[in-house]
Amino acid sequence: MLVDQLKAGLDAPICLTWELTYACNLACIHCLSSSGRRDPHELSTEECKAVIDELARLQVFYVNIGGGEPTIRSDFFEIVDYAVAHGVGVKFSTNGSRIDAAAAERLSGSDYIDIQISLDGADRETNDAVRGDGSWDTAITAMNHLRDAGFGEFKISVVMTRHNIPQLDAFEALAAEYGAELRLTRLRPSGRGADTWDQLHPTNAQQRDLYNWIITRPKVLTGDSFFHLSALGESLPGLNLCGAGRIVCLIDPVGEVYACPFMLHDEFKAGSVRDAGGFTAVWRESELFTSLREPQSPGACGSCGSYDACQGGCMAAKFFTGLPLDGPDPECVWGNADDELARIAAATDPAKPSPGPGHSKPTPVSLGRKPVDAYS
Amino acid sequence: MATAIDLAAAYRLHPNVAVRPEPFGALVYHYGNRKLVFLKSPRMVAVVKALDAAPSVRAALETNGVAGKNTDRYLVALNSLLASDMLVPSETAEVSHAG
Repeated sequence: MLVDQLKAGLDAPICLTWELTYACNLACIHCLSSSGRRDPHELSTEECKAVIDELARLQVFYVNIGGGEPTIRSDFFEIVDYAVAHGVGVKFSTNGSRIDAAAAERLSGSDYIDIQISLDGADRETNDAVRGDGSWDTAITAMNHLRDAGFGEFKISVVMTRHNIPQLDAFEALAAEYGAELRLTRLRPSGRGADTWDQLHPTNAQQRDLYNWIITRPKVLTGDSFFHLSALGESLPGLNLCGAGRIVCLIDPVGEVYACPFMLHDEFKAGSVRDAGGFTAVWRESELFTSLREPQSPGACGSCGSYDACQGGCMAAKFFTGLPLDGPDPECVWGNADDELARIAAATDPAKPSPGPGHSKPTPVSLGRKPVDAYS
Repeated sequence: MATAIDLAAAYRLHPNVAVRPEPFGALVYHYGNRKLVFLKSPRMVAVVKALDAAPSVRAALETNGVAGKNTDRYLVALNSLLASDMLVPSETAEVSHAG
């Protein structure tokens, strides 16, 4: 079975996310990397190019560049051009703030560049409540520039929340208006999302609406994000498995390699591109990734008839809500995590891991949790 | 509906396509339309790689010892590559109705 072979790991990742900087001009309340301030130890231009050389040798077809806001780096275009010149395609996520007419023109020239504009509401009010005042206008301005420059099919990337799931049709219309593709992804309780998860994550009824909506729209992209919803019936398009450390990983701005983009936590850190063997050794030999490629126990989900469909859901979602990794996802469509979540919420010493200090600017969001053992 | 692959014709990989070997076979990626296809056995990979130099699909299959009812499985994979624009007819293709 192909899926079994994929779970056992590949010579190189298929889907590699690379966060170029923790600097960001926004402070989205669900930011999975708690971005805001640049980290002084971020990879230099030369180090970034060395990473690209390695990815080219590994035939990693493309990287998903994000951040923070990656375009804030003054060497952003230099890094993108270097990747493209070495056969590594670039798909980057941006809030649009640096996509002016000239940048849109420049980006339109290459088949190897793909752009995702982040938008978390189909109107200004819904979007700005999550992404901050002015972020809607910024994104729309960037989209206008891309359309005017004839970029073609860029992507509008939406993190699904309780407030924007009722807007699915409006997102579809907006994408059509711009000749863009719509990409929907799952909210994770990672980074600042740990603090806003309770208010933002979809209700179970909304999850069903979302599943029914996606299943009839094969052209809407989901980045394999909602495989936990496959328990509702027919599998959603995609591989429908957790790719962490198996087909997916993340390189953070300081070069540390994590199992997936939603797992910026020491527990899921496999090594660094600055280590002796570089990224290749981390991917192929690190203890963490090797263990993730072993057969995983279904644990408490073993007796559930949906396990084959949902695979127990998302490791990051479980970890950051304090749930055991070998049990149901906090958004299990059958509510199998509800009792445990209620127990965690009632506990005086909540068994949730700290998302760490992060790189938030010292303004609105406070991260006050003490680090405690997630498995206790 | 996409056109089905023609056994008597020659095809080559689209110039924007890359093949990455993996233990199970290979990954095939199209930089233009960003589609990804899995080739699920080393022999499937050998057939695809042989297409460039082969005068026909049939020749590429024969060179790699693919024959009989086994052929169908390979045609499914080749058709999926064709549908994803990863294979394109060679300029030197034989005219299929001549045979």
